[in-house]
Amino acid sequence: MSINITFMVIMGALYACGIYLLLERSLTRVVLGLAMLANATNILLLSTGGFQGLAPLFNAGIAVEDYNDPLPQAFILTSIVISFSVTAFMLGIIYRSWVLSRQDEVQDDIEDRRVASQSSFDAEDDADVPEDTTEFTPPEEAEEAPGSLRATGQSTRPEAKE
Amino acid sequence: MNTISLAPLAVVLPFIGAALAFILIRHTRAQRVISISILSVTLILEVILLFSVWETGAQAVNVGGWLPPVGITMVVDQFSALMLVVSSAVSLAVLIYAAGQGMTDGDEDGPISIFHPTYLILVAGVSNAFLAGDLFNLYVGFEILLTASYVLMTLGGTTPRIRAGVTYVVVSVVSSLLFLITIAMIYAATGTVNMADLAVKLGDLDPGTQLMLHLMLLVAFGIKAAVFPLSFWLPDSYPTAPAPVTAVFAGLLTKVGVYAMVRTETLLFPGDRINSLLMVVAGLTMVVGILGALAQTDVKRMLSFTLVSHIGYMVFGLAVGSVVGIGSAVFYVAHHITVQTSLFLVTGLIERRGGTANMDRLGGLAKLSPLLAMLYFIPAINLGGIPPFSGFLGKLGLLEAGVDLGTPLAYLLVAASVLTSLLTLLVMARVWNRAFWRTPEDAVHPDPILLATGAGGSSLRNSGEVVETSSSRFAGRNANDLLPRTMVYPTVGLVALGVSLSVLAGPLFSLSDNAARDMLDRTPYIEAVLGEGAGQ
Repeated sequence: MSINITFMVIMGALYACGIYLLLERSLTRVVLGLAMLANATNILLLSTGGFQGLAPLFNAGIAVEDYNDPLPQAFILTSIVISFSVTAFMLGIIYRSWVLSRQDEVQDDIEDRRVASQSSFDAEDDADVPEDTTEFTPPEEAEEAPGSLRATGQSTRPEAKE
Repeated sequence: MNTISLAPLAVVLPFIGAALAFILIRHTRAQRVISISILSVTLILEVILLFSVWETGAQAVNVGGWLPPVGITMVVDQFSALMLVVSSAVSLAVLIYAAGQGMTDGDEDGPISIFHPTYLILVAGVSNAFLAGDLFNLYVGFEILLTASYVLMTLGGTTPRIRAGVTYVVVSVVSSLLFLITIAMIYAATGTVNMADLAVKLGDLDPGTQLMLHLMLLVAFGIKAAVFPLSFWLPDSYPTAPAPVTAVFAGLLTKVGVYAMVRTETLLFPGDRINSLLMVVAGLTMVVGILGALAQTDVKRMLSFTLVSHIGYMVFGLAVGSVVGIGSAVFYVAHHITVQTSLFLVTGLIERRGGTANMDRLGGLAKLSPLLAMLYFIPAINLGGIPPFSGFLGKLGLLEAGVDLGTPLAYLLVAASVLTSLLTLLVMARVWNRAFWRTPEDAVHPDPILLATGAGGSSLRNSGEVVETSSSRFAGRNANDLLPRTMVYPTVGLVALGVSLSVLAGPLFSLSDNAARDMLDRTPYIEAVLGEGAGQ
C-alpha cells in the first residue's frame, strides 16, 4: 500500500489545528476545530483506500487492479453528511447561547468552570432561585453575566444539613 | 416467509414514523397516534424476532441483496434481539409518558412538536446500532441516535440545557470521531469492516496492531457507555434534559455503548488480553460512581451517578469473560435499562408532585401519593439488589462469575461490587427517607407546594385546587394535573416490566447464557453472516 505524503502532511496539520481549536473556550473555535478533525479523518479514510487509481465506474475494458477502492469514498460521503449536520446543529446552539447570554464573545464554558471550581456539586442549579425568575429580572440586572444570579443564589443558600 | 427478513423493519418503521410525524408537525394529536402505534408495531415485530432466534441463534439479513463482506449486513442473535425488545418496550413506555405530559401541559403549539419525530429517529438509531453487522453501520447507527439525542437534550433551548448540551455534543462528537478513526485504521489493516469478516481477519494481525485497534475501539465505546475515567460528561448533562428524555437516555444510550463493548470483546478481539485492565476500570466505575451519587441532593443527578456506577457491573461481567460472566452482564443490561428508566420517570413524577427533585426540599410524598411511593420503592430496591428482584439475580450471577475466576483482582472486584450494591441501597433509602417519609416541615427548604397541600389537607384533594404559590413552576395546578394518569400508567407499566424480569428470570437467564455461549464461541455469528465453514 502506497502512502501519499501530501495527504499525510495535510492530515497531520488538520489534526493538530483541530485539537488546538477544540481546547479553546470559545464555542465558535470549538466548532471549527471539530470540522477540522472531521476533515482530517476524512483524509485518513481516503488514504486507507491504498493506491491511486481510476474512478470506480465499471468498464469491461479496464483491469480490476486499475480501479480505486470505492468503499472508503462511500465512508467519506457518509461522514461528510454527518459532520455537516453536526456542524449545523452546533452553529444553532452557538447562536442560541449567544441570544441567551447577550455576549459578543461566546464563552459559555465560564459557567462550567465556576461549577468545576466549587468544592462540591451539591447545589442544584435552581435550588433556591427558580429558573423562571431569571427571565423577568430588570434589564440592568440582565446585563450581568447570566451566571451571576445563580452564583448569588448558591452563596446565600444555607448549607444543607448532614 | 423467513421471519428474520423482518429485521430491517425495526429500523425502517421508526424512520417512516418520523417522516409522517414531521409531515404532521402541526397536528400534535395525530403525531402522538402515529408515533405510539409505529413503536408498538416495531415492538411486536421485535418480539417475533426474539422468538425466532431464541433457539436457533444468530441469523443474518443482507440488505439490498449485496453479499457480505461487501454489502450491509444486519445480524440478529439472542443478545441483539433481547436488546431490541427491551429497548423498544422502554422507549414505548417513555413515549406514552411524554405524550401524557404533553397532553396535560398543553404543548399544542410549542416547539415540542419536534419531539415525536426526533424521538422516533433516536429509536431507529438505537435499533440500527443493535442490528449492525458491520462497524461502519454501527457508526451510522451511533450517529443517528446521537444526532437525535443532541436535539432532545437541548429541547426548548433554555440556558442550563444549552450549557449542558454543548458539553454533551462536543464529547459525543469527539468519541464518534475516535470511532471513525479506528474504523479507518481497521479498514487499512484488514480491508474490511464487516464484523464477522473482521473476526476472522483481525486475529492474523500483528499483536501490537491488534492491541492498539482494540484499545481505540474500547475508548470510543467507553466514552459512549460512560465507563469511569470517561464518564465525566454524563452526570453533568443528563439531568438538565426534560424528564422523559433523561429517562430514555439513561436507559438506552449508555447501553448501546455497552453493547458495542460486548461485541468488541467477544467477536472482534476475543481472549483475555486486557481483561485485568477492564476489571480495574469496572471496579473504579462502580465505586467512584456510587460515591458521586452519595454526594448529591438532587435526585436526577444522584440517579445519573448511580447509572454510571452500575455500568461498572456490566463491564465487570465482560471483564470476567466466562459464559456466566457475560451471560449475567447481558441479563444485567436488560434489567438495568428497565429499572433505570423507571426511576427517572418516577423522578419526573416526583418533580411534578413535589415541585422539585431536590432532596432538601422534598418531604411527605408517601402520604400525599402512596402510589408514587410504591412506584419509587419497587425499582429502587430492585436497583439496590434486594433478593426477589432481577437486580439481585444479575448481581448474584456476576459475583458467581467473579468467584469462579478466583484471581485476587476478581475477589477485589467482587468486594467492590458488594460495596457498591450496599451504597446504592443507602442512596436509594436516603431518597426514600427524605422525599417520602419525613413530613414536609422537616425539610431544609420545603417546597411551598408540599406545605400548601399538607396544610390544606383533604379540602385540597376534593377541590383539586392548590394554594397559589409564587415560586413553584406547578403552582395553581390541580392534583390531577400534578399526577396525570397518562403519565402514571406508563410508569406503572415500566415498573411492572422490571418486576416481570424477575419473574421471568429463569427463561431470561437461559437466553442470556445461550447468547453468551454463542458470542464466546463466535462461530454461530460468523457462519450466520459468511456462510457455513467460514468460522473455522
